[in-house]
Amino acid sequence: MTWQRETFKKIKQVPREEHVFPGTSLCAGCGGLEALRLASKGLGDHVVYVNAAGCFTMLAAYPFTPFKGSWLYTTMGSAPAGAQGIRDALDVLIAKGRLPKEENLKIVVLGGDGSTYDMALSSTSGAIHRRLDFYYFCYDNEAYGNTGMQLSSATPYGARTATSPCSLQHQAGTLQEKKDIFEIWRAHKPPYIATVAPRYPLDLEEKFARASKFEGPKLFLALSACPTGWLYDPGETPEVAKLAVETGLWPLKEAINGEVTHTYIPKLKPVEDYLKLQGRFRHLFEPTLQKEVIAHIQDRVHRYWERVNQVERKG
Amino acid sequence: MDGEMMTGNLAAAWGARLADVDYVPAFPITPQTEIIEALAKWCENGQMAARVVTMDSEHSMMTAAGAAGATGARVFSATSSQGLLHAFELLYSVSGWRVPLVLVNVSRALAAPITLEPDHNDVLAARDSGFLQIHAETCQEVLDSILMAYRIAEDERVMLPVIVNLDGFYLSFTREPVSIPDAGQVREFLPPFRPAHLGFRASAPHALGTAVLGGSIYSYFRHQIHLASMNALEAHEEAALEFNRLFGRRYGVVEGYRLEDAEDVLVMTNAFASKGKAAVDAAREEGRRAGLLRLRMIRPWPADAIRRALVGRRAVAVLDQNLSPGQGGILFQEIGACLYHEPLRPRALCSFIGGLGGKNISEGEFRATFEQTAEAGIRGKGIGPVLLYTEAEHSEMTQLQVLAAGPRPNGS
Repeated sequence: MTWQRETFKKIKQVPREEHVFPGTSLCAGCGGLEALRLASKGLGDHVVYVNAAGCFTMLAAYPFTPFKGSWLYTTMGSAPAGAQGIRDALDVLIAKGRLPKEENLKIVVLGGDGSTYDMALSSTSGAIHRRLDFYYFCYDNEAYGNTGMQLSSATPYGARTATSPCSLQHQAGTLQEKKDIFEIWRAHKPPYIATVAPRYPLDLEEKFARASKFEGPKLFLALSACPTGWLYDPGETPEVAKLAVETGLWPLKEAINGEVTHTYIPKLKPVEDYLKLQGRFRHLFEPTLQKEVIAHIQDRVHRYWERVNQVERKG
Repeated sequence: MDGEMMTGNLAAAWGARLADVDYVPAFPITPQTEIIEALAKWCENGQMAARVVTMDSEHSMMTAAGAAGATGARVFSATSSQGLLHAFELLYSVSGWRVPLVLVNVSRALAAPITLEPDHNDVLAARDSGFLQIHAETCQEVLDSILMAYRIAEDERVMLPVIVNLDGFYLSFTREPVSIPDAGQVREFLPPFRPAHLGFRASAPHALGTAVLGGSIYSYFRHQIHLASMNALEAHEEAALEFNRLFGRRYGVVEGYRLEDAEDVLVMTNAFASKGKAAVDAAREEGRRAGLLRLRMIRPWPADAIRRALVGRRAVAVLDQNLSPGQGGILFQEIGACLYHEPLRPRALCSFIGGLGGKNISEGEFRATFEQTAEAGIRGKGIGPVLLYTEAEHSEMTQLQVLAAGPRPNGS
């Protein structure tokens, strides 16, 4: 059973209007910003972005903001609670007739993986549990990026970070597997969850269009290919983002009321194609080739997609 | 006295109810929980038109409170002790957002060791956050202070959040007669919240809490908070006059007790000030010209009112129900600083630490405090910090230590 896009068939259908303007202090080639730019085309301007500490905090630096919508910086650990406060206040003010309905806003949390996977987990869990009507957009660059690439629980096995260096004792660099935040979210039973990647704009826009039909927590996990932290040339972001998907390392999927569908079935290029482009994995190739580490990563990918085939191809 | 018998916690809930708040993000913690339980019940049965939401932590609670206030809702919340500290990061955010919400803190001493009864290390830890602070002595004052707090907080010259503090157990669970103000008169005292500079809405997008690059921008905004906080002294005075006109109760930023001819003055805050007043009466009966100054507003620091009350005295004793390890009493330092330049400053300033973790302060301890303060005044040299602790308490503690150590090997 293959997934069909209903709204976005051609790239021309993606609105040309921009909602996130250029000129911010984010790094050149930021894959997360590209994903946000695409996401904002689905979200529009009647939005308040509720930000958690991370790279995107530098988007709105006084006296500038790249958004036509509103912005509230909260903390690293509680942006979803900020979303709760705004949503509740708008509801109450509209119900009491103090704010016209036309003034209503969509609430969008913007958090990096450090916030999303680690510090804000309690706050996020609470918001989903309370069925808060909001979007959560996580730009996942797989490390604490704004502080210079330290290990987060989104860092994949085999990546080198500033706090999980490659050493004689730990030749792989990071030894832990990436935390499966998608499944943690899914266990909370929100109506809509999706992963997206900036190199797949139609897939991304389609998912925002689908999500808009649901009231409640709507969660987007965006691959944020990161030239500064992953150590590749900023111009290669589209290629890196593409290979993350084509190697099967970053599955594009959604879960509607808990039911998972993979929205793109990659041909599973060898993971080396993706790994060797990035400085954070260079220690796997030189000075000596770490075959076992690469084989482990490849094996995880194969096992993942075998299971996808078993579960989803049955129907 | 007229009024209904109610606990300090219920009086706090009545304050929020009469203030007609829109939103109450909540999280339970002893000894505050009764407040949010009362509000949840009233909202459920329609006696209040607010939304109560139980959050996942005080950190989330304070974030939701600030964000809702920034959206234009009148917000109330309550916490205590560990909860206040868990929310601590947000205190600075909410004041920086210039959100005029009211937070009740029911004081409880901080872990470790973990305990339930009050002292003021929790609330005084927040003294630099930008929140205003009003500390209440009685259940009536809790209710009245919450109404005054909203009026001061929402004043255009101020636009800052307020903590109203009451002592856990001694006030939170103590029933006193409380006169409940008429709701119509409260509306006259506290007009509806219609902030000119807050609110997220589609037609007027704006960014709040943005990053700043460089200390000059940062300094400007934090100093604005300081200036706004200082404006609260005037706003408080105006609110107090109007409150007195409507309800017949007059509150100052400080309260003097038998100060007129007092030689020596004891400075206290919160519910234990009632014990202090009784001790003043006892000291007077013994022939001492003693008085008490209760600090009600801690932030902004009412330096002028404190100076007026304390200049020309022989000796002043500050009884801190808190302890800054390695320093001493927190309020003692602030009292000392604001008297330094007074030519007629007291001859001696004494620092006493008492009531930590809700420890009782006995008549004997008060008597010793007055004796030692008088001697210091005669000597012209202050003492302290002195921990108030009785011999009986010390010997009981020693026995507990023996029990904690357990039986020794060889029975030695």
